[in-house]
Amino acid sequence: MSNRRFLNLSRRQVVRGLLATTAFGLTAKLGTGCSPSGSGGSSTDSTAEGAKPADGEPLTIGFIYVGPKDDYGYNQAHAEGAKGTAAKFSWVKLVEEANVPETTAVAESMRSMIDIDGAKVLFPTSFGYFDPHILKLAEEFPDVQFFHAGGLYEEGKTPKNVGSYFGYIDEAQYVAGVVAALTSKSGKLGFVGAKPIPQVLRNVNSYALGARSVRPDATTQVVFTGNWAEPIKEAEAANSMADQGIDVITCHVDSPKVVMETAEKRGIYCTGYHADQVALAPEGYLTGAEWDWTNIYSKIAEEVHSGKSLQDGTIEHILRGGLKDGFCKLSAYGPAVSEDTKKAAEAAKAGLIDGSLVIYTGEVKDNKGGVVVKAGESLPQKEPKLEGMNYLVEGVLGSVGG
Amino acid sequence: MAAEAVQAIGWWGVPLAIIAGTMRGGTPFLFVSLGECLTEKSGKINLGLEGTLLTGAMAAYGTSYLTGSPWLGVLAAGVAGALLGCIHGWLSQQLRVNDVAVGIAMIIFGSGVAFFFGKPFIQPKATQLPTIDLGGWSDTPAIQAALQISPLFLIGLAIAPLMAWFFKSTRWGLFIRAVGDSPEAARAMGVSIFKVRMLSVVAGSFLAGIGGAALSLYYPGLWTERISSGQGLMAVALVIFARWNPIACLWASLLFGGAQAIGPALQSIGIEDGYYLFNAAPYVLTLVIMILTCSPKRTLSGVPGALGTDT
Amino acid sequence: MSRSQAWRRSLESFVLPFGAILAGLVLFGVFCALVGTNPFGVYASIWKSAFGSASTFQNTLIRAAPLMLSALCTALPARLGLVIIGNEGALVVGGVAAVSAGLAMGLAFPPFVVQIGMAIAGMVAGGIWIGAAGWLRHYRAVNETISSLLLNYVAIALLNHLVGGPMRDPSSLNKPSTYPLAEINMLTSIPGTRVHWGLVYGLVACVIAYFLMQRTTFGFAARTAGGNIRAAKIAGLPVGKLTVVICFLAGSCAGLAGMVEVAAVQGAANESLNVGYGYGGILVAFAARHNPLAAVFMSLLVGGILASGGILQRAHGLPDSTVLIFQGLVFLVVLFSDSLYGRFDFFKEKPVVVAPPSPPPSPGQEPVVLG
Repeated sequence: MSNRRFLNLSRRQVVRGLLATTAFGLTAKLGTGCSPSGSGGSSTDSTAEGAKPADGEPLTIGFIYVGPKDDYGYNQAHAEGAKGTAAKFSWVKLVEEANVPETTAVAESMRSMIDIDGAKVLFPTSFGYFDPHILKLAEEFPDVQFFHAGGLYEEGKTPKNVGSYFGYIDEAQYVAGVVAALTSKSGKLGFVGAKPIPQVLRNVNSYALGARSVRPDATTQVVFTGNWAEPIKEAEAANSMADQGIDVITCHVDSPKVVMETAEKRGIYCTGYHADQVALAPEGYLTGAEWDWTNIYSKIAEEVHSGKSLQDGTIEHILRGGLKDGFCKLSAYGPAVSEDTKKAAEAAKAGLIDGSLVIYTGEVKDNKGGVVVKAGESLPQKEPKLEGMNYLVEGVLGSVGG
Repeated sequence: MAAEAVQAIGWWGVPLAIIAGTMRGGTPFLFVSLGECLTEKSGKINLGLEGTLLTGAMAAYGTSYLTGSPWLGVLAAGVAGALLGCIHGWLSQQLRVNDVAVGIAMIIFGSGVAFFFGKPFIQPKATQLPTIDLGGWSDTPAIQAALQISPLFLIGLAIAPLMAWFFKSTRWGLFIRAVGDSPEAARAMGVSIFKVRMLSVVAGSFLAGIGGAALSLYYPGLWTERISSGQGLMAVALVIFARWNPIACLWASLLFGGAQAIGPALQSIGIEDGYYLFNAAPYVLTLVIMILTCSPKRTLSGVPGALGTDT
Repeated sequence: MSRSQAWRRSLESFVLPFGAILAGLVLFGVFCALVGTNPFGVYASIWKSAFGSASTFQNTLIRAAPLMLSALCTALPARLGLVIIGNEGALVVGGVAAVSAGLAMGLAFPPFVVQIGMAIAGMVAGGIWIGAAGWLRHYRAVNETISSLLLNYVAIALLNHLVGGPMRDPSSLNKPSTYPLAEINMLTSIPGTRVHWGLVYGLVACVIAYFLMQRTTFGFAARTAGGNIRAAKIAGLPVGKLTVVICFLAGSCAGLAGMVEVAAVQGAANESLNVGYGYGGILVAFAARHNPLAAVFMSLLVGGILASGGILQRAHGLPDSTVLIFQGLVFLVVLFSDSLYGRFDFFKEKPVVVAPPSPPPSPGQEPVVLG
């Protein structure tokens, strides 16, 4: 009996199987029927690739971002640099991944870019990718070059095929601080920061030092929101600063959009960060510190393409630069900036570019009274000490304690 | 620029920021919690309102940008929310399907939809909802700014007592309470449990979608993928904090909204330490209140009897 | 006859989830077609990047490892009828506790002992975290779903506070972290692979959990209490104790996941502990109908989806959010498939006069037999 049922069953199974297959075939048809645009898209892709002029071997470059590529901030600045580079050179094949957390996920992403896409150069752009993920992968793939934004390269300890690049965007913040202090009525400036980490603290301090270089009584109030993307807290911070009589604010968070728009709504001034934000605050926007990654990424890509490498030391392991080397730039001055202010700002900019002006020149005190740069001492931008900054300078209201 | 008129208001900035924060930051909470309240009254939990909030925010911003009409955006947000609500309402009522699990899947799905279709709207600037300025009497810009009130807030303010009245005094309100409290009794009354719950979930999601519109078209007034920072999930706790009472939802929303302003406001006057812990204050407070008021000897007043059961 | 019946039911519990996954894939394909991408190209890429070769399969395994442990945090209490969603919080406190233990023990003990110490610390911390939710549930009637949800936020705030201040290593610069664990105390990879030992922890925990719940009197008592608390009380079962113990065990699994994350991957505690393994685990548990063995397979599925997220962006130009839609669709369909048990005649014993097996009273009451 059980045998008969078994047969019976399998017959049904066959019928159902057939039905299912037909249904699947149908969806398959439907799928292909629906996809002319898709297949068309991919075919144009391949022809475009094929049609590229063969000026040298193609170079596959992988970019990894920790957040969405279009956050109006940090990640977007990098993504635009990547896009710009790919547009410049026909031999660049760009592969990108966004929203990759700083876990095994990034190690796996790098690996599959190397294994599947054949990437020879990687730009993992988030600070947290460095240790341990990049360090591990670099040992495993010694002929792939890893360029990391902001990591600390240590001679002899870090694998040879890892390079670190970052911009001294605090130079642009210094100039923005000059503009802010000279434009402010109250002499009170505000800075919305994400976390009290060295990269943020350096921007705050340079901004405040720039402000005090032209207006010794200027203060900079800093508020930390605690995370890179907290739109509501950023808006609250900007609002409460405005309530306190602060009339120029800037920020270092993932996306400056909220701070800029809130400042404009409150009728106060702002200076931008990451990218040009004048469209968000047409009246109150003074200037801003912008990245120029296209410039840097093109340079690195060209060097690698011409046969240079980190491994043989023909590309520097620590690549740093500020306004002079085109890592960063300033947004065009807004309508509220006076001619005198522009002159002062341009003078500061010229000093930073020709090296006659060093931001951290003694005596610099922190805001608790301790001396951080001794009188007569001057810390050039390259000084590693500055990359481990853990204080706020005199004139900054706030503290670095969590 | 109004910079000449800026006056420092010092310590007063903290209460002012909190008051302003309650109205600004409380508006999305208000809509989401009223939506969740309606949903839970019918006996289902919708954790997916986080996804609904994001989809609503995206739909509102996108529609306002494309059509130039922020009110059309608000409507689009509600409709987008209701569509997600349809999925949740239907799926969570299938046999053996747990509403909490569906909610979490809907968070993923809803945020996926919002992020996928929201990409083109991150850059452009959409028309914002107009505000009603009640601060004209004062010449302190801080007070003027604090009293710029959104019509959405006023609408939410009106919905709360309306919903309380609806539950208490209307036939439909009775149906919802019956379905939520004892489905058996409701069935005996000849009420379709499926339909009542479906409608409650969909209407609740509609409200939550409008909460999203409050985020993207009023405060902070933009569309990014990080706009909600967990408010949709927090609303679930808020409703419990409010004992499933719409009026209490109003007060709780104001409290939670104000709590978001405490950290930045305290820092701006010089109190610096432990802002992460300040940020956790609303959650701790809710937990403490739950612990203090719950008791195994009596059930909570207002708790829908069928909540969290499979019936 | 009954053997044949069991066979059909096992087939049902095998065919339904896999059918659901297929349906989810078809829906996702339709979505891809609608937005102008060839779904078959997408399927091929997903296969290639998640399961296609030994190397890409390891990618899937690596991503699945934390999900297995995290899923148990929801799956175990579900047998008691409790819905716990505090996985993320338990994972985070487990990670912090494990690092504290690892740093405290330092180099004073052999690595093996330090690793055990870290595992115990992580498990105890996570266990207390969820055990507290269980205790509150039983003795104060505080809804466990909500309290565990709230505890997530408390845990994350605590983590941020500790790594940003009291426990911060000043040299961690731009990514605030605790002091790093000594290299020698870290968990290594399984020889011949790049998959860390956390995967084995997960597999073993799932197997133990399965036997504990299905084959021991303790598990039987828990399932009885989950079926009907009043009856269990009348039968003299210590429901309160059961609740707290099971919640403790559940939390300790998530805490162990946190320990693995710090001891095998990060080497220190930082905000990367909080990247959604908890919420992923909840869905895995529900999709596996709270069966620990099925959770292993569901984790692999989710690991595969996550592993394929990259190639969707790189090879098909789809935005990063596509993987969320993919994951959402698959889970919604899998959850829906739960309601289909007993609905198909095919899986029932037609010629038998005896009534077909009645549907279980609540999800997760019956074992899912895997093929």
